[in-house]
Parts: sequence; C-alpha cells; structure tokens
Amino acid sequence: MTDKKMVETLIYTKSETLTDLGTHYCPGCTHGISHRLIAEVIDEMGVREDTIGIAPVGCAVFAYDYFNMDFAEAAHGRAPAMATGLKRVNPEKIVFTYQGDGDLASIGAAEIMHAAGRGENITVIFINNAIYGMTGGQMAPTTLPGQKTTSTPLGRDIEMHGFPLRMSEILAQLDGASYVVRRSLHNVANIRKAKKAIRQAFEVQRQGLGFSMVELLSSCPTNWGMTADEALKWVEEHMVEAYPLGDYKVSPAITGTKKGGGE
Amino acid sequence: MAKELLKGNVAFAEAAIRAGCEAYFGYPITPQTEALEHMSKRMPELGRVFLQAESEVAAINMVYGAACAGVRVMSSSSSPGVSLMMEGLSYIAGSELPVVLVDVMRGGPGLGNIAPSQGDYNQIVKGGGHGDYRPIVLAPASIQEFIDLTVEAFDIAEKYRCIVIILADGSLGQMMEPAELPEMRDVRPVEKRPAWALSGAKDRAPNVISSFYLDPLKEEEINRKLMAKQTEIEANEIRFRELLIEDAEIVVIAFGTAGRIAQSAIKTAREEGIRVGLLRPISLYPFPYDRVRQLGDQVQEILVVEMNSGQMLGDVRIGIEGRVPISFYGRQGGVVPMPDEVLEEIRKVHSKSGAST
Repeated sequence: MTDKKMVETLIYTKSETLTDLGTHYCPGCTHGISHRLIAEVIDEMGVREDTIGIAPVGCAVFAYDYFNMDFAEAAHGRAPAMATGLKRVNPEKIVFTYQGDGDLASIGAAEIMHAAGRGENITVIFINNAIYGMTGGQMAPTTLPGQKTTSTPLGRDIEMHGFPLRMSEILAQLDGASYVVRRSLHNVANIRKAKKAIRQAFEVQRQGLGFSMVELLSSCPTNWGMTADEALKWVEEHMVEAYPLGDYKVSPAITGTKKGGGE
Repeated sequence: MAKELLKGNVAFAEAAIRAGCEAYFGYPITPQTEALEHMSKRMPELGRVFLQAESEVAAINMVYGAACAGVRVMSSSSSPGVSLMMEGLSYIAGSELPVVLVDVMRGGPGLGNIAPSQGDYNQIVKGGGHGDYRPIVLAPASIQEFIDLTVEAFDIAEKYRCIVIILADGSLGQMMEPAELPEMRDVRPVEKRPAWALSGAKDRAPNVISSFYLDPLKEEEINRKLMAKQTEIEANEIRFRELLIEDAEIVVIAFGTAGRIAQSAIKTAREEGIRVGLLRPISLYPFPYDRVRQLGDQVQEILVVEMNSGQMLGDVRIGIEGRVPISFYGRQGGVVPMPDEVLEEIRKVHSKSGAST
C-alpha cells in the first residue's frame, strides 16, 4: 500500500432528493425503485428546490418522509385535484402526484380523468401492482381476471366484478393528455426505460406541454403471497400481457428522446 | 364607496375578490351559481385563478391544494354540493389551512329543492366532516353583512389557520339590496406567502402539509392543538346583534334570514305593547352561549325561530340551561316564514307566559 496511489471512483450515491430515512416498504416491493428513479430524475434536472410532490393514500402515504422536498398529503384519489390547485397558483413550480391503482383508477377515477382532460400541467407517477397494498391485499380495479385477493378469494370473477381498467389506454384518448406511457420495473432493462420515461414526463411539464403520466407495473410480493423473485416474474408473465408496455400518447409538441422516452 | 344594488351571490363573490382572494374553485349549483359565474369573468380579468371543477369533491381538493401554497382561496356551493365537500374540509381542518367557503343553503334532505333553508345548521356548525374539528361559522342577514363577513372571513381564516364558512341561504344568495363594497386589496405577493407554505424547499428544510398521524398519541396532540385554538376562537370571535333587549320579557333568538324576519315581527309586537326583543347570533360557531345564559336570567321566555326543524335550538338549550321555557317555531323544506306567522308565535308565547303589556 505504501507506494501505490489509491483511486476512488464514486459509482453510486444516495440521491440528494431522498432523505436518510429507511422506508417502511416490504422486502421485494418496487416502490423503493420508483422513488429512487423519481429522485434521480429530479437530481439530474436540478429542480428539487422547485418541485412539490403530492402523496396518495395507500402504501406510499409516507412518500413525504422519503423525498427531501416540499410535499402535501392528499385524500384518497384526490391528488390530481390537489395538484391542480397547487399548480394553478404556483405555475412556475414542478408539481407531481404519486398514486397507486386503487387511488388513481378506482376512487380517484374522476379526478385523474379531468386533470388529464384539462391538460393540467402536472406529472403523475402511477404505480400499478394490481392490488390494494395498504389495506392488506383486496381487489383493485387493475386486478387481473382470476387473480386471488382477500376480497376475491376465489379469484376475480369477471361476471361479478367486471374487467380491469387500463388507465394509460383510457387517458391517452383525451386531447388534454400530452405524454402517457406504460413501463415496468420487473428487470434492469425495464427499470432503465422507466427512468427515461419519468425524465420525459417531468420535461413535458417543465416545458409547459400539459398533462404527463408514467404508469409503472410494480410488484407486491407480500399481498400476492410470493417471494420477491416470483413477484417480479409474475409481473413479466402476467401483468405485461394484460397491460402492454408502450407509449400511448406522445403529443407532437414533445421533442427530445426518441419516441418520447426510451421504448 | 357608494352603495349599489347588488345580488347576494354577486356581492359576496366581488367582496372576496376585493379581500384579495387569489383563487376560486367551484361547481355550478343553484341557488349560488351566480357567484361562480361572477368569478369566471372577474378572476381572469385580474390575472387570478378561476377554475370550474368536475365536481364539488374536486373543487374542495383544488382549494386544499391552493391553500397549501399559502394563497387566499375559496369555494362556494349549496347544501348537496357542500355535503360532497365534507371529506376535503376534514383534511383541510386536519392540515390547519386557512380556507373560506360560502354555503348558500337550500331545502333538503336529498336533492330537496332550490328554495331558501337553514337545514344544514347541524352539519356545518358542528363540524360536518369526519374527526374532531370545528370551522368558524358566520351567518349574515343582509347583503351588506354578507359582504362584510366575507371580507372578514379571509382575515379570520388566516389568523387561526382554519376554515371559515359563511352560512347563508337561498334568499340571501338571490335577493338584491343596496350595499357598499370594500376597497380593492391586492393579492399577496409570492415572496410574502407564509413560511409554512409549499413553495419549493429552497434554502430551508422541506415543508410537509399532512393530516396523517399514525401514532394515536401524536394525533391526540394535534387534536389538543386544534382544541386550544378553538378555546381562543371561543374567547375572541363571538358575534351577535341585539334589538330592543333592555326591557324585554320575551326574546326571540334567530339567525340569518329567520332573524331578519323575526325583526319585522318584533317591531309589530312592540306596537302591540309586547316587550319582546331579538338576539341574532352571527357567529354560529363560536355560539354566544354566555349571552344566551344572561338573557335566561333576564327574560321570562325564549322563542327560537329557524328555517329548519330546530337545530340551533339545541345550542340555545345549552345556553339557557333550563332557566326559562323555550318555545320553537320553524318552517322547513324551503318554506320561508312570513313575519305574521312569527308575530302570532310571539303573541302565543306572550299570553302563555303572562308577561306584562
């Protein structure tokens, strides 16, 4: 050691946009990954001091403890309305919501629909794990046909419970929506694509181009009754089939990365 | 400023603008829609925010979001719409944000009708949304008072970081009266927004606005903080008007439009030699319990008049504590009592009580 020069190369560091607090998320849950991706994007854009987040009701209710930035806690499903109020009186700030499938696609279906329809200049990160996590694994509007949950113990019966909602496809139909894409967090390649899409979504807002949403297919090993690995495989084998990945809406005004963000 | 002929809904909307209201979010509902229409024209003219929401649920959550930014923000609605806002109001209360709401009450329950009513007293005055909180509730009886209380509501809401609800009814929203609007105040400059507001965590620790406290001991601490604020509000914010009280043997207690109608009846009763006076509570929360208690020691009988089945009556009973008999006269479902009906009740109470003439 005496004569040799030590060279240290920093290849990984905690994002400035995250606090030091350990999360409460279950082992194998992908919320941590999506938090990290958002934080990295905000770091890279240098907008932490100008960004305000809206936390949902659901597993990510404590998001404001993990992000090192101004945050508000919304009522269940109402984050897009709250973000609308906040953004309209703070048009120069970046405002984003972080919402699960129960929050966004069930109780908040009206709020997300109209925020997108108005072309509200906000960014929505939509976590789709096909189940209600916080309340202990009940059916979500995104639960797959046949999928067992604590409120569909025999599997989701479409005769009784109807069909899952594909929110990206639905919202992409609205003229007000500028950027609506679906990505997945089940492996590294897809995680990298997810990050590019999140960056694109925030850029859309920064340029004042209107409503942007990134849907992230996510895992819930605890409530699916699987190991972390099995859960990621289940995302790949079942969720990606039901919820195809892709760019559902990329408004012509959006320039930048090819096909609007990494697909 | 000179008096002008103003419709109630337009008057309170313009008063809010002149009080420096920076953002309005609402949804059309009779009998308050003229307020939303007035805002839709005036707010953009002034470079302020107007947005017609997809529902009252969304409207109050937009208000919640804008309140987080520390701006003067309001909504207005009528009974069924205000019911939809209860969730958001509870979150706003739990997050200790200053917000102003005008409720132009109509007949109910259910879809009811669009005629003037005071049927939402209990809902609004006792809290309304889930959890342990009380909004400040102010009840005008004229267009001028509607204007003045709306302006004051913004100041009080900011003073206590709480919700202030102006509780009016369809007749106050729809009728026209000469009244004077206040001077125009500018909106608060961005750099003067409060320190607790969400503005981006630049050169400071992040601000978090939430009503979520998983630990019951922490939630109890928050509840106690809200209660301490209520104690202060109860000490400072009681408002009422009195008429011909000094020598009264009978006192009519009525708020808002019912109070105004009772006033006409009392004047006629006085001409008949009945010594009757009026107490018109303006702050319904905080309720003037002490004044009611004093009157209980002074008069022989109380007559409560309301446009409902007897909701404020409960608060009068708390104040009177059994000191004197309390009679009640109410019309419901959007029926507005005529002064003659109230006069007849005063006469009945008078003959029953054996008071002097």
